[in-house]
Amino acid sequence: MLLENIRLALTALKANRLRTFLTMLGIIIGLASMVMIMSIGNAMNNYVNNQMGSLGANNMYLYVYIRDVDLDGNEINYETARGLKESDYFSKEIMEDISQKYTDKIEGISLSVNIGNAKIQKGKEYANIAISGMNPQAIKSTNLKMIAGNKIATADYSRGSKVCLVSDRYVNAIFGGDANKALGETVEANISNKYYTYTIVGVYQYEETTNDKLAKSPKDITTTCYIPIKAAVMQNPSLANYIQEITLVGREGIDPTQTAAEIAKYVNERYYKTNDTYRVEYTSMKQQAESLQQILGAVKMAFMAVGAISLLVGGIGVMNIMIVSIVERTREIGTRKALGATNGYIRLQFITESMVVCLLGGAIGIVLGILLGQIASTLVGASGMPTVSGILGCLLFSMGFGVFFGYYPANRAAKLNPIDALRYE
Amino acid sequence: MDSRLIIDAKGIVKRFYEGQENELEILHGIDLSVREGEFVSIVGSSGSGKSTLMNIIGILDKPTEGSYLLDGIDVCAAKDAELSRIRNQQIGFVFQTYNLIARTNALANVELPLLYGGVGAKERKERAEELLELVGMADRMNHTPDELSGGQKQRVAIARALANNPSIILADEPTGALDSKTGRVVMDLFHQLHEERGITIVLITHSNELAEETQRLLTLKDGLIIAERKGATYAA
Repeated sequence: MLLENIRLALTALKANRLRTFLTMLGIIIGLASMVMIMSIGNAMNNYVNNQMGSLGANNMYLYVYIRDVDLDGNEINYETARGLKESDYFSKEIMEDISQKYTDKIEGISLSVNIGNAKIQKGKEYANIAISGMNPQAIKSTNLKMIAGNKIATADYSRGSKVCLVSDRYVNAIFGGDANKALGETVEANISNKYYTYTIVGVYQYEETTNDKLAKSPKDITTTCYIPIKAAVMQNPSLANYIQEITLVGREGIDPTQTAAEIAKYVNERYYKTNDTYRVEYTSMKQQAESLQQILGAVKMAFMAVGAISLLVGGIGVMNIMIVSIVERTREIGTRKALGATNGYIRLQFITESMVVCLLGGAIGIVLGILLGQIASTLVGASGMPTVSGILGCLLFSMGFGVFFGYYPANRAAKLNPIDALRYE
Repeated sequence: MDSRLIIDAKGIVKRFYEGQENELEILHGIDLSVREGEFVSIVGSSGSGKSTLMNIIGILDKPTEGSYLLDGIDVCAAKDAELSRIRNQQIGFVFQTYNLIARTNALANVELPLLYGGVGAKERKERAEELLELVGMADRMNHTPDELSGGQKQRVAIARALANNPSIILADEPTGALDSKTGRVVMDLFHQLHEERGITIVLITHSNELAEETQRLLTLKDGLIIAERKGATYAA
């Protein structure tokens, strides 16, 4: 019976190809946009998760920030509040205290300071670098892939040796691509009229970041030249006194947000209780990723709503066409009733027809949506497919739509009086 | 006559707009009985109440007053679903305008009552083929209605009416839309079915000439049966 109905529906739909297609269009557009948004949403989620993973999923951040209220409970005005003093920043003492006290929860504190940017010239060739002083923990979280030489040795960190790691891009520009030739050579940079000289001990593989894609030419991309933080501080002592933000690398298995809160509370109570303007705030990679995902989710929902509205319009279109089709086929309905079709059968016939329209439209829309989603997520730079359950859900949804918007017209057809239907001109 | 009473209607009254100002009584109390194997015609001019009577006999409509037993079943008391089943099993309609389902070939049209009767696909096809052969349409089974002439369409419609071996064939002006030659073919087919297979037929027509060919002729005028006699040219 159902098979017969489906065949019947296809015959009826084939008889009015253009009309059928136009009817389906609303459903196609609606579902295509929903599936596309699902793809893009998943791509964005993947992207966020990847970024989070590469930056350290367990990272926690503490930073010095203006209080809401001062020690007397008066509200602090951000514009008239005093600026940061040296004593407001993270001191060496605080950092050592955190490292020791929370050694079971954190692997260490990742610290980096920037000396500045420089353009290194060699003949016609040049390379842009940013010189960063890093502690071992900070280097570790960059996940550098070495292609020549070694990472900075522990002794070099503790002595503050003037050694550095450069990227293969730098080597390409300055040493014609021979990484081994670069080892032992020096980087000489002039930053704000001060000369800095470092010996290259290692070459790492450069990985393109999203920002780099915006560079005018690949040659202008700035890569980092990593040096021990102690070397940087020895050359520019003031750097050590103005640390406003620190990154704590959490151990596996901890709850980063909770741990960050705990540490921030400890630091505030111990070191910032008497500070009239500043205190320590915290966040974590996890928290940031979560809030980003929340925003993404909201955006996704908004687009889904647009898709849903288009689907709704499409569904109303289906209902409209079904009503027209039933009026056109009134005599047919009368004949069927005279031949013994029950109301239920007539209802089923037209619901099947509307379901078939919606399913066909839905299937086309889903295919279209996957294609568009692929194109869009390629542009975003992350891959994402809608989930199988999502697609099945969409199919079920469009089928349900068919039933919902087909029911009223089908019921109207079913309830037609056979005599009136037979005599309808 | 000892054969079964197929139609047993007594005191059929039909009123429209009942209780309203424009109340209209079309049938004023009609008694009608048709026995198994009879070929009866009901003749009358337009406005005589033929169509209304036909609708009631075909249980497309219910009488306002009176009783109607179709092959022993009290039709007036039946519910919607049961009415559908009775229409499907007991009555074969043949319409003036054929009323074949468009875009559906002859075979599928004949299968339709069988489909509604819950007959399986294979049996349906066999039965439909057999019936189309019977009406001389074996070579056009796969043609859709718009590929058939009027006479051919009516023959398909007759095959369809026979599908479930109904107790009665109700033919409402079956030759009304046909020229006299093809109309003749259709009438001959009815005679053939009646004589060879003993099928009970009620023919509703405004043509006295055709009515005279039938076993029994009832004349309807202004909602009453005013005459009943043997058909003058009935050859049995």
